[in-house]
Amino acid sequence: MDKPLSLKSARTLQITYNLPISRTSKFWEGLKEGKVYATTCQKCGMLHFPPVADCGNCGLSNVKWTELDGEGEIVTFTQVFVKPASFSKEPSYIVAIARLKEGVKALAWLTGIKREDVKVGMKVKLVARVTSDGRATYEFIPV
Amino acid sequence: MGHSRFGDRSDVNLSELAFEAIQPSLEKSELTAKEIPYMALGSMGVWSEEPLPAVVIAEYCGLTGAGLVRCEAACASGSAAAFNAYSAVRSGQMDSALVVGVEKMKQIDTPTVLEIIGRAGYYMWEFENFGMTFPAYYAVHAVQHMAKYGTTEEDLALVAVKNHRYGAMNSLAHLQQEITVEKVLNSSVIAWPLKLYDCCPITDGSAAVVLASEKKAKELGVEDPVWIEAMGVASDTANLSKRETYVGLEASVRASRMAYRMAGISPKDVDVATVHDCFTIAEVMAYEDLGFCEKGEGARMVREGETEVGGRIPVNVDGGLKAKGHPIGTTGVSMLAELTKQLREEVKPSRQAPMKNYTALAHNTGGTGHYGYVTILRR
Ligand SMILES: [Zn+2]
Repeated sequence: MDKPLSLKSARTLQITYNLPISRTSKFWEGLKEGKVYATTCQKCGMLHFPPVADCGNCGLSNVKWTELDGEGEIVTFTQVFVKPASFSKEPSYIVAIARLKEGVKALAWLTGIKREDVKVGMKVKLVARVTSDGRATYEFIPV
Repeated sequence: MGHSRFGDRSDVNLSELAFEAIQPSLEKSELTAKEIPYMALGSMGVWSEEPLPAVVIAEYCGLTGAGLVRCEAACASGSAAAFNAYSAVRSGQMDSALVVGVEKMKQIDTPTVLEIIGRAGYYMWEFENFGMTFPAYYAVHAVQHMAKYGTTEEDLALVAVKNHRYGAMNSLAHLQQEITVEKVLNSSVIAWPLKLYDCCPITDGSAAVVLASEKKAKELGVEDPVWIEAMGVASDTANLSKRETYVGLEASVRASRMAYRMAGISPKDVDVATVHDCFTIAEVMAYEDLGFCEKGEGARMVREGETEVGGRIPVNVDGGLKAKGHPIGTTGVSMLAELTKQLREEVKPSRQAPMKNYTALAHNTGGTGHYGYVTILRR
């Protein structure tokens, strides 16, 4: 078969979103102070992580900020080798989901350990981190 | 119905690809494009240049004037379009409707495709900082399934081997070569423990089916109608971290129970099924979630050949997403087209499921069980 013909489009679209965080700003500020916050609904008592400003469980918009201790246990994990375009410069990373002692689960990178040594049920700690380029994030580390 | 050849279809543009499915589906239904009052399109787009694909395709295929909608339910967009059109006909609003699925994923580079699909979870909490990918979402399920039920990488490889065997018998499939367990196990790791041959390929393709009310079908003199008996729909949380377990997809459980109830059948009445095997682990979980076996028994089903032609319930004997290919928004419609052929006993004997009840099931999930659709067809 002949090689298919195509035109290289002359128009390029590059999209960078602004991510609104006004109503969860304490979470992002907390990360810079080394703290990981969740929110607790003042009416139904549900603990939310990731944090929310509105409780989808009961409809109330009055939540209070609760600092998480961070202790948790790996529920499952993977290691990403084939990465999305915007992560192409990162070395292969381990993503884990862990259940925290407060009852909620979190998804984050697990660092400081080789994938071969990671086990379901392993104890980890969720910690705040500021990246070298100043981005606030959080990750699991082995304990 | 109509179905294009799946694969790298850089030889055609989006509208030309849709035409390959739409034109035969109209011819077979004895309807002309002008007589179609409504078209629902399943398409994710982004990787192809048209932001209003339903309108562009309608113009190209002579359907302008019909009511149009493009439906998004990620990898279940095709089933969402089918549900939309089915509801329009079922309610009496329309006497017929065209369901189309089309996707052109090969117009951009692979890392950007991974970027787009990887964002299809909860962008803010799973992608922005953690770069989850579509294979990674399913890999976390594979890890827990393996830890809890002893499912092995070899078991997962068997799913790929089976689906490639049937893909090799399907002239419309993207990947038509058989593979071995060793080839799967030795392929490069994409998101551990999932390897290249555990994953569906990136595929272009289109499919179309015409739906009609009972009255309209009689009027048209349709000789061998296949009926939609039921469509079950459900969903699950955007954040994977908010789910109870990672050994199954709750949206599949809920959607299938709804569909079984509506159709008045149980899983054992199903003669043939297409399940959403975007990754090998997804097929194993689907057996369990759809009630083809008990939880944790999925790997045993594939090991014992229960889901092959001649087994208890043949599954994905068209090659599945794994070998036929998974053009995101097309898949749900492709499943309906394939099952229609199965129910009419029109496929190659080597991959024709024996019919007892003339009942077929299509299982189509969007994202990682974010959207769940289960359709029961009967002839
Ligand atoms: Zn509440």
